[in-house]
Formats: sequence, structure tokens, C-alpha cells
Amino acid sequence: MARAAGLADRALDLVMALFEAPINAIERVIGKGRMPYLFLAPNLVLFGIFTFLPIAIAIGYAFTGGADLLISNRPFVGLDNFRKLLACDSYLVPGSCEESLFWTAIWNTLWFVGFNVAATLLVALVTALILNRAIAARGFFRAMFFYPVLLSPVVIGLIWKWFLDRNGLLNAFLQMLGVPPEIFLLDVGWSRFFVVVVSVWFHMGFYTLILLAGLQAIPKDLYEAAAIDAATPSRTLFRITLPLLGPNLLVVLILLMIRSVQIFDEAWVLTNGGGPGTANTFIVQYIYQMAFAGDLRLYGLASAASVLMGLVLLVLTLVQLRLGKKVES
Amino acid sequence: MSGNVSAIGFFTRTRRAGRIDITDILSWLWLIGGTLAVLVPVLWAGMSSLKPEAEITRFPPTLLPRTAIQVEVQGFDKPLSLWNVTVDGETREMAMVRRIGLKAQMVDPANPGKPVSVDTRTISPVQRLTVATQNYTDPLTRFSFLTFLKNSVFVTFVATLLTLIVNALAAFALSKYRFRGDKAIFVLIISTLMIPLTVVMVPAYLVIVGVGLVDNLWGVIIPTVASPTGVFLLRQYMLTIPDELIEAARVDAASEFRIFWRIVLPLTAPALAVLAIFSVLWRWNDFLWPLIVLSSRENFTLQVGLNAFQGEFSVQWHYILAMTFLSLIPVTLVFLFLQRYITTGIAGTGMK
Amino acid sequence: MGDLKLTNLNKAFGTVHVLHDVNLQIDDGEFVVFVGPSGCGKSTLLRIIAGLEDVTSGAIAIGGRDVGALSPAERKIAMVFQSYALYPHMSVRKNLAFGLENLKFKRAEIDARITEAARMLAIEPYLDRRPKQLSGGQRQRVAIGRAIVRDPDIFLFDEPLSNLDAALRVQTRAEITKLHREMQTTMIYVTHDQVEAMTMADKIVVLRAGRIEQVGSPLELFDHPRNLFVAGFLGSPRMNILKGRVVIGDDRSVLVDVGYPTLLRSDVDPAKVTAGQEVLAGVRPAHFALSDSEGLPFEVQYHESLGTETYVYGNLQGQSAQVIVHRYGHFAPAPGAILKITPQDDRLHVFDPASELALGRVSGRA
Repeated sequence: MARAAGLADRALDLVMALFEAPINAIERVIGKGRMPYLFLAPNLVLFGIFTFLPIAIAIGYAFTGGADLLISNRPFVGLDNFRKLLACDSYLVPGSCEESLFWTAIWNTLWFVGFNVAATLLVALVTALILNRAIAARGFFRAMFFYPVLLSPVVIGLIWKWFLDRNGLLNAFLQMLGVPPEIFLLDVGWSRFFVVVVSVWFHMGFYTLILLAGLQAIPKDLYEAAAIDAATPSRTLFRITLPLLGPNLLVVLILLMIRSVQIFDEAWVLTNGGGPGTANTFIVQYIYQMAFAGDLRLYGLASAASVLMGLVLLVLTLVQLRLGKKVES
Repeated sequence: MSGNVSAIGFFTRTRRAGRIDITDILSWLWLIGGTLAVLVPVLWAGMSSLKPEAEITRFPPTLLPRTAIQVEVQGFDKPLSLWNVTVDGETREMAMVRRIGLKAQMVDPANPGKPVSVDTRTISPVQRLTVATQNYTDPLTRFSFLTFLKNSVFVTFVATLLTLIVNALAAFALSKYRFRGDKAIFVLIISTLMIPLTVVMVPAYLVIVGVGLVDNLWGVIIPTVASPTGVFLLRQYMLTIPDELIEAARVDAASEFRIFWRIVLPLTAPALAVLAIFSVLWRWNDFLWPLIVLSSRENFTLQVGLNAFQGEFSVQWHYILAMTFLSLIPVTLVFLFLQRYITTGIAGTGMK
Repeated sequence: MGDLKLTNLNKAFGTVHVLHDVNLQIDDGEFVVFVGPSGCGKSTLLRIIAGLEDVTSGAIAIGGRDVGALSPAERKIAMVFQSYALYPHMSVRKNLAFGLENLKFKRAEIDARITEAARMLAIEPYLDRRPKQLSGGQRQRVAIGRAIVRDPDIFLFDEPLSNLDAALRVQTRAEITKLHREMQTTMIYVTHDQVEAMTMADKIVVLRAGRIEQVGSPLELFDHPRNLFVAGFLGSPRMNILKGRVVIGDDRSVLVDVGYPTLLRSDVDPAKVTAGQEVLAGVRPAHFALSDSEGLPFEVQYHESLGTETYVYGNLQGQSAQVIVHRYGHFAPAPGAILKITPQDDRLHVFDPASELALGRVSGRA
């Protein structure tokens, strides 16, 4: 450990020796007072180029057509992209829409978000409440539930794909129970069900951790006071635990919703690109396909869809923050 | 009524020594069930990755990787399969020469004389526990797996280093200086938390095209180096470093950069460690962005490569699972050794 | 040379004006204490001298050189911070060396200075420890050592004893004084503790709300406070203040009538006052003489016995403020008892109630 620290010191010294002279020269020229701008510069340049510029471009591209990359070669089409995305006889029937895949993706995403948010929240909350009890080996279980969070979505997609395979463990287990094997990922209903299961399996550990941190921050003497006040367990849960957990629940809900809307990686791998058919094609996949996977690269349409998704995310966040404030006061 | 109450009591009551009630049992069932749910798919994939190609799709599957044994027998060109045969009430291992209907011709592999004919219903194949190491060695030698690995290591290492330096510099400026626009810049940076990469991935790709980094590992690395979570985490930590230390260093004639490099950076080590762990995980697991930016095989990262493999070798699960497992190892090691750091880091910052 | 001159110094944080027209001359080798209640601007003033804050207007000169535009490092000052501000990740030796390394001193010179400072402060055994492994007192010495190795023209101390316990504070106070005697370097010391100010200073600067109230030696300030604030701030328990009127005696001396037959004798210049003028008369608790027959009738409420001395708390009829009387030794007057008290000769301070300025017995500079 001491040797590692010595090595780290040496590395720091080396970089110091390389960069100090030029940076100090700049300090002499611009003065100490302007140094923070220099320190911020790399960060702001990168944010500018890869976050703020893209936002501007996305808005610009959303109003142009064609498949060319250069904005100067792209014809201005006004609101055509948005009109195309939104043209629909009935929004409830994707087939009646001009861009039916977009609406299929929207409805798939909505269903996924609904079930995923509810299931993840419930599982994470129950797990956090149990882990918050004076339970043996809490650290082990917390770690265990957290482990999938660290895995790559591709790996998770593959692991589950194998688990759900025609010759996989789940079918072997079902056969032991006398149930005929099923090709889960080729069935619309089952595949949607398992996309949610995999998502819950993947992420619940993260939300459990946040909720557990919130639970552990509730002062123990509140529970002692409630016990002395002869509160029943249900009153303790609904009148003390959940209200005090409120801010954490709000954070979890917002994060969960924002991330659910962006479902892509693990579902894409698991379902071989959104199958069967378009049963698991979600909104990000739609954008990806329009911009990068098709024969025609429809950047304008993809940008318009991105802008719409960004707006929805923004509105969702703001509404929830507002509600959260209202509930608090 | 009472059932309702006890179901809720299950969440709130804390365990009392020497008394086990129904809520404890339910808790343990939930925890053990959850643990199994986490472990079984992963371990199942791990077990399967050790099975030879012929065994992996056997249904119903065996738990452990086993394989039929083949032996070289004098007088026969090809290796013969080994079977347990019961002859005259005595069980022996014999090699099968050929099989006709319900009869099989067997020889003693040690002493190959005239084959004996036995009923196939009385014989069973000899299986040994074997690890199909070629599942792992083949991808390493025959396919581009090592290239993918190298690319992933490069991206992860360089991106993490840059993430630490760039965000620590910004956090230093935002925590230890007062200057015109400091609050506005902080709000601007934090507000980008609300703009996920998926929303700007199309135009971000266009920017990458514009700066000529398409199909280049730097195009994967650079766009997410500036991280609002990173700035936030480091700034919050740096705020706890007393300003008097900075002033003491200034009185001690240290330049601003020296203050950053020799005083602030070493003292921020715990937060830097948390950010480094996260950065490693983000980069190692990153999929959609490299998928968009990288197009030629020699530039693929592990995740993109794995995805390509599963498209190309969709029936060769033995290779796919082996490579999946290889890519799992670094993350699992990080987890085993740094679990405490990670969980407290997340609980403290709410980030991932 | 470690002399310091501040001219018309002003400092504002946004719209908050924290220093008003500060003018101050400190001579080389002086031990100067800035004292005042919290928020009076004393720390800001010290940090301006250090170069850690810039001034809104005004000039700072050290050794005759204008340092207003110079960084802390270029001012030839060293500072001991309230929290010591030792670099926690460096050994004591590295802490002492850091500044010298930054100034590109030769290794041999750095080592020599560290050895010398460590010897002076008796911290040789701790040189290779981290600050965390030291006690509060030891950290304090290291912080002082870090200033000493810089061989500055001026030492700046920002409430350096406030984190020590009472016993250690007394001891360290004496050590800093001794250090000043040995080094003969200018030291500027900020504190809110009047005992530190009185015991350590060659010269005390009393500040209130960003203005200098009075500058002078400790006893000058104690004996001749320029105004009510200084009179009340120095001395514990605080000075008793009685309302009264001027009476001009037959010998043209100025007397103060506080509502009793006994008139209080002052040395105020009669040319400065008119008979009947309202004034405030200040008497320190220790400066009352007790007598059986003559004096102001003081009704005892209670007393505090500290062993070597006793404080008696009570009122004078017609005076609203509580009056405190100090006596040496044991003394236990019954509550309700009436004592006769008179200010000792030459110990009466007289202030103008409107301007709060002292009317007589003033020396020292403002």
C-alpha cells in the first residue's frame, strides 16, 4: 500500500513537471482571478461540442429532410417531419398512422414503462424494507441484489436469452413439472413479459440501494416513539416510514421513469432487435433504426423523434418535481 | 384483518432476539429467492460455457459439463466411444465398434479381440466431467476477441483517466473560486443531467462525423468525458476541503495549478476513486454509443463485438457464452473488491 | 523591514461595507493585536494584509513597498490559520517544506530551516508524522513552524488559540510572546479574546463594525479608553456606567452628580463642559472604594465568590443599569444590605452620551 502511494506520488510529480510550467505561464499572463475559467475550459468545450451543439443540431435537423449529412445540403421541410410522425387516424391503432412503426414503438414503450416502473418500484421497495429490518448478512444480500446493476446490458441480454432458450434451464425446469417447452422469446406476450422481468432483474438493486439509504436515514427514535404511542405496524409503515421516504421515492420514480423511456440495450440483445416482429421495438430503437440502420439514413425524422422524446422526458421530470414539492408542502 | 396486519408488520417490525415469527420466515424466503433469481441465470450461463458444442444443446440439459469419452483402440482407424456394458453380471467399460438395430458390437479397449454383441438397452455411455476449454481458447485465437478486448481496455482506461482530470479541474474551479458566472455555469452543467445521450445521439453522431472521429476509438471516448455526475460528485466532495488549506498554500507561494495538483487532488482521492469505479463500469459496459460510432470490426469494443458474434454465430452458443463470461470477469472482480465503495458511493450520490 | 502602513482602506463584499477608511501604522518588530467583537472586520483586515482578499480602495505598504497588487507569496508574510490549515496528506516535514519548495529554495537550505524551526518549537520527534497523528497543541506548533521557516517580514495570526483548551491556551500564549521576543519580527494577531489582547500586545487595535475605535498599548486603552465602546470592551467584568450631570466645583474641578449627595470627582477639563450637562460616568468594578459612612448607597442583590476575589452585584437607586463591585478576598454581604461605595481618585471615566466619546483623561491615538 505504501509503495502504491509512493508510485502515485511519483506519477503526480511527473505530470506536474510536464504541465506546471506552461500553466503557470498562463497564470502570470491572465492572473490568478481568471484561472477558474482555464480550469473549466476543457469541460465546457466538451459539453459545448457534444451536448449543447447536438441539441442545436437536433432541432435544426428536425426541420430538414433528405439523407445527406451536411446541413447545407439538406432541404428545409418545415414541420414535415413532425407532421409525418404525428399524422394518424387513430393514435390507438399504430397501423392507421403514416409512420406506424413510430406509434408501435410509442405504445410498446408506454406499456413497458408502466409495467416496469410499477414492478421495479414494488420489488425494490419490498427488498429495501426487508433489508432495513435487523437482518443477518444484510451486506451480503445488498451486494447480491446489486451485482446485476454492474453487468453490461449486452451480457445480460445474452445470459437471459440462453436461460430462456428452447433448450434452456427454464424449459428444463418446466418439463420437470410436466409443462411443455415454450420458445418464450418468439411469443409476443412472453417476450414482452420477460423484457420487463429482465429489466427489473437488471436494475432493482440500484433502486433498492437508494431506498435503503433513505430508510436508514430515518431516525430510530421515531420508531421508538411510535412504539410507545402504541402505533400498529400498518400505521407505522404508512404514517412514518413511507412519508419520510417520500423524497427518496420521488428520486427513484423520476430516475426509473426517465431510464425506462430510454429502454434499448438489453431489450435489443434479448429480443434480437425488437422481435418477434415489432413486439419489443421501443422508441430509442426506432430512432436508432431511422438514423443508422436503414438503407436510407433519415436523420431528420430521427432528430424530430429525438426532440419529441426529449420534450416528453423534460415534461415528465418537471411535473414530478412539481408534484413532489406540492406533496412536501 | 389480522392477516392484513401481520403482512404489513412484516415490513416494519424489527427482529427480536430468540423469537422467530412468520415475518422473519417471509423475509428470508424473499431474500433467498431473490439471491437465487440473481445467481441462477448467471451461473447457468457460466456452466454452459464450459460444455462442449455437442453437449450444450442437449435437452434436458445436464447441470455439469460432461462429455462422452472416446478411446483409441488398436486395429481401428477412428477413436471409438466408450460405454458401460454389463456382461455376465459384471459391469465393464467397452468401446463400441458399430451399432445395428438393438444390438451393438463392443470390444475391450485394452485387449481388442473379437467384438461381442450386446443389447443396446443395457449399455450407457461413459461420461466424464470435462471442461471445454476450447470454448475459451478458440475465440481468443481464432476470432477477433483479443482485438475487442484490447479496444475495450483502451477505451475504458483512457476515458476514465480523462474523465477524472477534466471533471476534477471543473469541480475545483466550481468549488474553490468565486468568479463571475460561477453559479450559472454550475447550473448549466448540472442541467445536462436531464439530457440523456439517447436524446442527442443522432446529432452527436453528426458531430463525430464532423470532427472526423467516425469508426475511431477516440470518437467513443471523448463525447462523454465531460460528465455532469462527475462534476457534481467531485464538487460536493471538494466543498468539504477547508478553504483555509487553499489559502495556506497560496501564502506558501503555490501556483493555482500546484494547489490543484498537490493539495486538492490528493485530498479528493476518495471521491475520485468512486468516480473512477463508475467510469470503468460505464465504459466497459457501454453499448449503444460504440455501436453507432464504430463500424469496422478491428475497432469493435467487447460489447459491440459480442453483439456481432451473436448475430453471426447464432447457433454457436458455446462460443457466445464463453465470451460473455470473459467479459463478465473484470466487472465481477471490480465488484468483489470494491463492493463497499460502490454501494456507499451510489447511496451517497444517487448516481449510476 | 516589517513595518506596515494602511492608508484609507475600504472593503465591501457586494453592497456590504465591512471596512471603513482604515488607517494604521505598525512599526517593525511590534506585536500588534486586532481585537473586537465577531463581525467587526478584524479577520478581513488580516486577510487583506495577507493578500487573501483584495481591497475595494486604499493602499497597503509593507516595508515602504506598495504590496496592493502582489500575491500573498510575494508580500513576505506568513500566516497561522485558525484551523492551522496543515496539509493533511503530507508529513510535518513536507508541510514545513512545501512553501520553500514552491519558492525554489535549495534542498540544503530547506533542511537547515526545518531543523532550526523544529528545534525552536520542540517538534523534532514529530517531523515524519502526519498532522492527524498530532495533538491540538502539536499541530499549533507545526502551523507556527510553517510560518517560521518562511522567515517572513510579518507574521499573521488568525485567532490561532481558539481551538485549544484553556490550559494549553495560556501556555501557548506565553510561548508566542517568547517567540516574538526572540525573533523581534512584526507580528499581527487577531483575536476576540481581550485577555489575549491585554497579555500579548505591544499595541492593541480595537475594531468595531469595520472602523478602528482606538489604537494604543494595553494599559493606555484600559486606563484611557477613547469612547464608551472601548471602555466596555476591555476589562472584565465590564465597566459600570452611571447616568449623571456635570457640576462645576468651587475649585473649577468637574464633578458628576449621579443622583446622590456624594458627587464624583473627575479630571475633565472644565473648559470642555458646561454645568448641568448630561454625561455618563464610568467606573470599573475594581475601582470602587467601600466605606461605612460616605458614598453612593449600593443595594446588594447577590455576590459571586471566586476565592481570591468577590464580585458583588446590586443597584443604585435611580440608576437603571446593574452595578458590579469588586473586592479582594472573601466578602459575603447579605442580599438587601446597603453598602456605601465611592470611585477611587482619578478612576472616573466621563463620556458624552451623544457622541459616546470620553471627555477627559484621554491619551493614546485614535
